[in-house]
Amino acid sequence: MIQTQRHIKKTMNLKTFDKGVHPSDHKELTANKAVRTAALPKTVIIPLLQHIGPPCQCLVKKGDIVTEGQMIGEGTSFISAPVHASISGKVKDIDAYPHPSGRKIPSVVIEGDGETREWKAVKGKVNLDNLAPDEIRQKVRDYGIVGMGGAAFPTSVKLTLPKGKTIDTVILNGCECEPYLTSDYRIMLESPEKVVWGLRALMKTSGASRGIIGIEENKLEAVHAIREAISGALDLEVMVLETKYPQGAEKMLIQAAIGRKVPTGALPLDVGVLVNNVGTAAAVYDVFFYDKPLIERIVTLSGDALESPDNLLVRVGTTFEDVINQCGGIKSECREVEVLNGGPMMGITQSMLSVPVIKGTSGITVLEASDIKKKSVEPCIRCASCVNVCPMGLMPYRLGDLGLMARADDFTSWSGMNCIECGCCSYVCPSRRPLLQWIRLGKLRVRQQPKQ
Amino acid sequence: MGAGILISSVVSMGGIGAVLAAFIAVADKKLSVKEDPRIEKLMDILPNTNCGGCGFAGCRSLAEALLKGKAPPTSCVAAGDATARKLASILGVSVTAQKRNIAVVLCHGGTAEARRTAEYRGAVDCTAADLTGGGKACTFGCLGYGECVAACDFGAMGMNDNGLPVVFHDKCVGCGACVKACPRNIIELHSEDHKLFVYCRNKEKGAKARKVCTVACIACGLCVKDCTVEGGIALKDNLAVVDNELAAQNDEATKRCPTKCIHYGLEENITRGSYLASKLKKIS
Repeated sequence: MIQTQRHIKKTMNLKTFDKGVHPSDHKELTANKAVRTAALPKTVIIPLLQHIGPPCQCLVKKGDIVTEGQMIGEGTSFISAPVHASISGKVKDIDAYPHPSGRKIPSVVIEGDGETREWKAVKGKVNLDNLAPDEIRQKVRDYGIVGMGGAAFPTSVKLTLPKGKTIDTVILNGCECEPYLTSDYRIMLESPEKVVWGLRALMKTSGASRGIIGIEENKLEAVHAIREAISGALDLEVMVLETKYPQGAEKMLIQAAIGRKVPTGALPLDVGVLVNNVGTAAAVYDVFFYDKPLIERIVTLSGDALESPDNLLVRVGTTFEDVINQCGGIKSECREVEVLNGGPMMGITQSMLSVPVIKGTSGITVLEASDIKKKSVEPCIRCASCVNVCPMGLMPYRLGDLGLMARADDFTSWSGMNCIECGCCSYVCPSRRPLLQWIRLGKLRVRQQPKQ
Repeated sequence: MGAGILISSVVSMGGIGAVLAAFIAVADKKLSVKEDPRIEKLMDILPNTNCGGCGFAGCRSLAEALLKGKAPPTSCVAAGDATARKLASILGVSVTAQKRNIAVVLCHGGTAEARRTAEYRGAVDCTAADLTGGGKACTFGCLGYGECVAACDFGAMGMNDNGLPVVFHDKCVGCGACVKACPRNIIELHSEDHKLFVYCRNKEKGAKARKVCTVACIACGLCVKDCTVEGGIALKDNLAVVDNELAAQNDEATKRCPTKCIHYGLEENITRGSYLASKLKKIS
């Protein structure tokens, strides 16, 4: 098995990063299913925090009538993105509601009136040459665009360069290395022209001269589709990368695609690179061609406990329960299931199904709970499997213990804060130790420490 | 020849030894650090558990602070009145009897009362569980993974059959380690005199709180009206808050509570001995 993988790597000469793991991708469940528009939800719960940064300030009151696409929450600080009403109707409640992150977040509940609005293409031809970088940046911010890969970092913030920094390359992330998820794959297959236009807009705004779309080798059809859309442009390139997890992590992707290493504590822009998800590029296209804010996104519903896995175009704020039921619901023979916001590697397990789909929800994975290793945590046998797979070159077995023991100083000196939370260590641990969870705990303890 | 080497080596080594010994003897006199002999005496009395309940780094730091007059003899919460008197006698000051503090777990929503939405299978640690929601429908209540029990240095806490932590009144010294350990801030330190408590931290409106737990405070205000002292109990953030300094220490206010979340009297009968005995009984 290992030999064949090495063989493929050698013969195909694909680019990749050091270490990492090869989980089975399970993408066959939804890869060939065209994106279907989900039913209009009756009520939506729209959290005022759907991005990295502080929550938005609410712009509506209980009882207000809102229209589809109306801004209902405005960002107050630099790192934030506004949120918009995803359906038209009446504001029923404004209160803290459960959020896929596990916390409770102030949210606006809208009771829909059943009407939908047709988003017509804007009049006149949109020409990128006529748009100034500042104009693009401002519009991307006003229309609430955030990174669609999962972390939901506000895109406009990424596009604002600090003084003295320049960007020469924009990399679009089409790796989708998480098992089960196929939402990015469907975007690249169904609307490659949106992805390419979005990439050009991002390049223009950041001043980059080179654009790369990185796609893993298990999505060759997407490679073909994007190559056709590029149609021989010299500044754009599709790069086929080895199928390996976490190929889609920002730092790993930069290393694989152009061989630059992002130093500890630095950002991609420090090495002159901007990384965005292909879904983000498509959302930028919708902003300029349809004047449409980010109110719906493609969500992959997959997992072996789901009756009919599918790719759905879902309004932000639709509850997990609602979308799962639109995919035939949970199989009747499955008595215990685990529902994740995202894929099985990095996704957060949900404790209730009343949480809403947010801008960063790239997929909902429903796994049969008997598939998931039952917890019986054994002692560490010092096999160093976790050290061998950690793409950041850390020592997860040690960091896990330090996190659990709340030794924040030692955790920092063992570079625990560099962890990208990919979960490779927990995946390979033969003693089933929840290493990533302990490391997350350690990071929390470091952040809670009083600053000196 | 052979004897000459022997003699010269004995003389030279002995000479070096004598010089160094003289140096050490002088250094011992000249460079000695005078330590207050009372520190050792204080250390003998202090419990040496280094629990940190006094606010100092450990028992030795407290002993030093006591001598400098930076801390009163009653600082050691772990040891109690008898020790405070002994400390005072060494320091030559007088103390008045102090009220002991006790940790109170302000949530009664165990497995029987509070609704669960999911089964948590991650790392057994309250803070880790709290990060993902923890599986309990109430986001304010006790998660029941025992981080407070693990934090207790005095064996004064245990988990009961209902999945809630209990404090053994014979062992609790009020150091506050459990208060710091709880990620949901459910545990509070209270004077032994305080008897009236609202065992709920759910700040949601009544209907929502009632949905997730049968013993939640729904902020109906009956206890506020029934309290015999005006202003002894007030409503704040959808919770009844008892001002124990002011409120009458009797059970008048608890009688009409619809969810029975306000109680009078601490569960003093649970001691470490009785807790362990009940656990043993269950095993056998």
